[in-house]
Amino acid sequence: MTLSAHLIVERPGFRLDIDLTVAAGEVVALLGPNGAGKTTALRALAGLTALSAGHIDLDDRPLHTVATERRPIGMVFQEYLLFPHLSALDNVAFGPRCHGASRSDARRGAAVWLERVGLTEHADARPRQLSGGQAQRVALARALAVRPRMLLLDEPLAALDAHTRLEIRSQLRRHLADFDGAVVLVTHDPLDAMVLADRLVVIENGAIVQQGEPVEVARRPRTDYVARLVGLNLYRGVSADRQVTVGDVSFSVAESFDGPAFVAFSPAAVALYRTRPDGSPRNLWKATIEGIERHGDNVRIHLEGPITASADVTPAAVADLDLTPGQEIWAAVKATETHAYPA
Amino acid sequence: MAGRLPWVLVLPAVIGILFLVLPLAGLLLRAPWSTLTQRLAEPQVLEALRLSLVTASLATLFCLLFGVPLAWLLARVSFPGRRLVRALVTVPLVLPPVVGGVALLLVLGRRGLVGQWLDSAFGITLPFTTAGVVIAEAFVAMPFLVISVEGALRAADLRFEEAAATLGASRWTIFHRVTLPLIAPGIVAGAVLCWARALGEFGATITFAGNFPGQTQTMPLAVYIALETEPEAAIVLSLVLLAVSVIILASLRDRWVNSP
Repeated sequence: MTLSAHLIVERPGFRLDIDLTVAAGEVVALLGPNGAGKTTALRALAGLTALSAGHIDLDDRPLHTVATERRPIGMVFQEYLLFPHLSALDNVAFGPRCHGASRSDARRGAAVWLERVGLTEHADARPRQLSGGQAQRVALARALAVRPRMLLLDEPLAALDAHTRLEIRSQLRRHLADFDGAVVLVTHDPLDAMVLADRLVVIENGAIVQQGEPVEVARRPRTDYVARLVGLNLYRGVSADRQVTVGDVSFSVAESFDGPAFVAFSPAAVALYRTRPDGSPRNLWKATIEGIERHGDNVRIHLEGPITASADVTPAAVADLDLTPGQEIWAAVKATETHAYPA
Repeated sequence: MAGRLPWVLVLPAVIGILFLVLPLAGLLLRAPWSTLTQRLAEPQVLEALRLSLVTASLATLFCLLFGVPLAWLLARVSFPGRRLVRALVTVPLVLPPVVGGVALLLVLGRRGLVGQWLDSAFGITLPFTTAGVVIAEAFVAMPFLVISVEGALRAADLRFEEAAATLGASRWTIFHRVTLPLIAPGIVAGAVLCWARALGEFGATITFAGNFPGQTQTMPLAVYIALETEPEAAIVLSLVLLAVSVIILASLRDRWVNSP
């Protein structure tokens, strides 16, 4: 195990307490809402925020007793923080210089890194002359140029526009794949996390609420925040006899187990009816339309009632059913489209 | 903004402008323009001007050497009594310069607390020497530099220093390779203000260093002496100082003062 840490940071009104392990070559994304403590965790790993308790071990050596400048880390900051008075090349050469390389060696090494991120022709540019995507790549090269054992990335794509983001995301993925140390990435964007990370660690209010492979987290969310991120309706209920009871509504499910359970389904799996459909009363409830909004090519209907749910329907269906806010409507989900798992 | 201008405000404002500008205009009007170049070339004038420029520059250098680290200490290191130290450092700003000169004499004078020891151990005497002029000017001017640099340090984005630390930079490396370049405009502005204040220093200089032509008689002192014997020379000297001030102000405005 490359990184093994127990991070505890206490501040008035806030406590971060998480266990984090990252294997060599593994990319772990810390995902969570604003103020959850993701950035605090990253700063603690870098030594920029002091631990109140706990420990950080990298390659079986304690890191928390070491000052920031002596930690074998590379960090990419949210706004990159390239030194405005230095050229792109000298920004990248800064770290190696601090580690004792001669001026010419440092610059030669920096040129290689700039070439690797495809910015050779911008070596002499000042940071303010670089585009957001270029600055991001210089920041990455600067962090990697010190040959760190652990790479820390704080919202590496947040400052980019949508188009650049797509391109930089795939480049970043390639560079992270080439890196053999531990990578910890902070993001609030589920897509960044899914594309870049081998494992997601979801943090809410300073604690880990869920972790696992991206596919697993996307399929089986365990909190409302994660469910919203991955775009699923999520409920907590009790499972018995292939049936999960959530308040007044019961769902037929394929999975068989007894006890506390989550049931999740996609908004697209929800069908709406003006009158009560015939057949099984399961997976069916009477709802009130709270809101209607565009959602991609479809329309998202927000439903209140015994359970709060989102339903995605086509614009044609909205017209056919003559849906308006405040209206009462029947909602149903096919048993095959629900997914239940132990809570 | 629409509506009539309120005269109760505009009238005093105009009087204020006249009060500040008229004396300068008077200086220009009464200047002996026909004999100006001739008077400027007089040895005493050139001597005083040279001495002023040299001492003010040395004083600024002294202030930079000690004032920048002092400003860093005040801005970046929290230690007990920091507020008190900051208050003490700025005392020379409001202290009458003559009092500053007296205080310097008491400490650095031949029988002063430190001066006595300097004299016996190294044979160094500061009062009534050119070095004394530099000391007096630096004493009065240093707060300008410290305040300016401290402000720049406080306004500087600390995250750049954090970024440097993650790249392996020690605190000294961070200071001279990141912090100093980032706050360079603040340092230059502070140094210019400091130099201008040193150039105009009168009270502390005449008290601590005396008034010996060629040795301690700077421009302001020369102006004061000339006013009694040769008023026209005083005007010429004053014009030179005025020109220097205007040049400094203009360069500051253009490059470092971001006023609308």
